[in-house]
Amino acid sequence: MLFFSYFKDLVGREVTVELKNDLAIRGTLHSVDQYLNIKLENTRVVDQEKFPHMLSVRNCFIRGSVVRYVQLPSDGVDIDLLHDATRREARGG
Amino acid sequence: MASEEESAVKEPLDLIRLSLDERIYVKLRSDRELRGKLHAYDQHLNMILGDVEEVVTTVEIDDETYEEIVRSTRRTVPFLFVRGDGVILVSPPLRTA
Repeated sequence: MLFFSYFKDLVGREVTVELKNDLAIRGTLHSVDQYLNIKLENTRVVDQEKFPHMLSVRNCFIRGSVVRYVQLPSDGVDIDLLHDATRREARGG
Repeated sequence: MASEEESAVKEPLDLIRLSLDERIYVKLRSDRELRGKLHAYDQHLNMILGDVEEVVTTVEIDDETYEEIVRSTRRTVPFLFVRGDGVILVSPPLRTA
């Protein structure tokens, strides 16, 4: 639940989601669920020449399992809060 | 009793807990490696890393000479969420000679 809560706090921020098939999509985080499925708005594909599939797509739903990375805004977090939450989560096991 | 369990290292995930706020090395699938500061993780090994360097290693084989050309592509990302299903191993950073 840790990262679910973290992403909920990040709704409205710009992120870049990199998928396992190397496609990178930049957009505004609209919503997230317990599986870390992601809905993005105002999307643009990062390398448009290489991946012309989604030139006209502006909103998308991304299945959590196909995500490799999510690049986050540098000020997108309170690091101490993350550390504390992680220690609590890890102990709960 | 409860306070003793907090810092006891009982299972592998407890070992990772010791590396919180420290730099770590992560080996991922698809011949990728990350080095960065561990800010958060969970039981799936989803992680958030800071000041991350990613190294992607590819091996090309020359058509004529059949020699293997090893290439490494590097990039840095200030703040990265990594999905746990791609993680192979987590370790303190290795000192490469």
